[in-house]
Amino acid sequence: MKAVTWRGVNEIGVEDVPEPTIINDHDIILEVGLSATCGSDLHLMGGYIPAMRAGDVLGHEFMGRVAEVGRGVTKHKVGDRVVVVSFTSCGQCWYCREGLWSLCDNGNPNPGMTEALWGQSIGGCYGYSHALGGYAGSHAPYIRVPYADQGAFPIPDGVSDERALFASDAAPTGWTGAHQAEVRPGDVVAVWGAGGVGQMAARAAMLMGAERVVVIDRFDNRLQQVRTHIGADTLDYERTDIPAELREMTGGRGPDVCIEAVGMEAHSPGVQFLYDQVKQQMRLQTDRPTAVREAIYACRKGGTVFTLGVFAGLVDKFPLGAVMNKALTLRGAQQHGHRYIPEILEHMSRDEVRTEHLATHVMPLDEGPKGYQMFKNKEDGCVRAVFRPGA
Amino acid sequence: MSSSIGTLAALAARGAGTVVRQVRSIVNPSAARPAGAGQTSSGWLAVTVFVEPSEIDTAKLPPPLAEFGDRIEVRVQIAPGGKGTELAARLRDRQRPGSAAARLAGKDAEADLRSALRRAKQLIEVGEVLAVDPVPHGDRTATPGGALLEGWTTAAPKGGVR
Repeated sequence: MKAVTWRGVNEIGVEDVPEPTIINDHDIILEVGLSATCGSDLHLMGGYIPAMRAGDVLGHEFMGRVAEVGRGVTKHKVGDRVVVVSFTSCGQCWYCREGLWSLCDNGNPNPGMTEALWGQSIGGCYGYSHALGGYAGSHAPYIRVPYADQGAFPIPDGVSDERALFASDAAPTGWTGAHQAEVRPGDVVAVWGAGGVGQMAARAAMLMGAERVVVIDRFDNRLQQVRTHIGADTLDYERTDIPAELREMTGGRGPDVCIEAVGMEAHSPGVQFLYDQVKQQMRLQTDRPTAVREAIYACRKGGTVFTLGVFAGLVDKFPLGAVMNKALTLRGAQQHGHRYIPEILEHMSRDEVRTEHLATHVMPLDEGPKGYQMFKNKEDGCVRAVFRPGA
Repeated sequence: MSSSIGTLAALAARGAGTVVRQVRSIVNPSAARPAGAGQTSSGWLAVTVFVEPSEIDTAKLPPPLAEFGDRIEVRVQIAPGGKGTELAARLRDRQRPGSAAARLAGKDAEADLRSALRRAKQLIEVGEVLAVDPVPHGDRTATPGGALLEGWTTAAPKGGVR
């Protein structure tokens, strides 16, 4: 079958790969309907997460129909239309039972790699390097889904494929940020990044009762999407002083909750960006934490900063003094989607969460390299390139 | 007055702690021996399994651990805070612990036991050991980085911080 693969740094290919098979009893094989590119894929593409091998199949945000079920699967049957959470989690260990699904003890067959990086291993993720399990990704006609009773969710009738697709990763990641940051009614919430995850974090915060939500980015089309489809306010960081604007909006306090949905390749208009870029390229730091720094400085005293964008390792000039002296709560997580997806699908079926606008460019798998190029360079207003393997 | 009682209570507690440590050191000499600085550690590798202690029968261990036979000793104790059961194992014939690099690369003497504990935990909790291969992939172009990563991936199931 054809699949979109990582071939090397900034090199995406389309090549023939074998079809997946059932390996464990709790597996299903899914016929992929739609599979989205994600901002975190760009970190793989750029070589910032050096655990990809040439030939690895990309893609971790997807939906489709069940094509085959393992003998231990009880909740799904052939033909079911499901959306699959991007993390592989067993559902039986203490972390899964606590709702901290991305921290699953059993979902990553290569635990030694992430133990070396972070001290402990976390769960696995489709198409997201050998550090997170080495699973094949979803940019292919078929994908193997382990722990399918835990990770695949039936899509309600009336929710389109294009909407349900983003219940796989962007929406539950946004929900994870807003919920784990404990957004409360009356809060002012600032979100850095108006990509799919940032938009969903903003929408989640609004549905959790935030008084005001403001999303920060530099791309007009994305900020326009936020205003039109999410209903939040926006700020363009290339046109204004973000901390000053946020102070003004909040009576001098700063936002109660600051959610960073940018990750390790953050941009900024100042000298700070140049400094971070040079250090990252020289491998003196693995990640550019520009947006996290700003979030920490902007956050009100005693507030919460949540790192939702993907970071891999070490950063420089981290304002720990502000974290300590302002009594901030600093949290982060990959998505615990298993606990949020049923709720998100309900919101989607009530038209309270709309995501179709994120899929700005839908194309066949053969156009994988072009899709990633457009997505990376934000060409033609690309917010997400989405692949339809059946096309 | 209350201060004196407090002091006496603290001294008593400290004394009791010393007694407990001495008893433990007799029962288990390695428990009193600090790790590092050229000393061998106690050698226990542990995983926390989300089941009741009664659900782990040390006389009938899951196959990955049972295969070690009498080459290992096994300890089971309740995990605090409702986190399940701590399942620990160590080699009876213990060598000096490997370096951090050797442990992370899965090349230390305890590498097989580390992997066996992880697989045993999965068998108890999930009923099967998660596998990833055969994984669909395209052409594996031969590069030094690819070879390095392949080696690390092969070692990763056995590698770990401890």
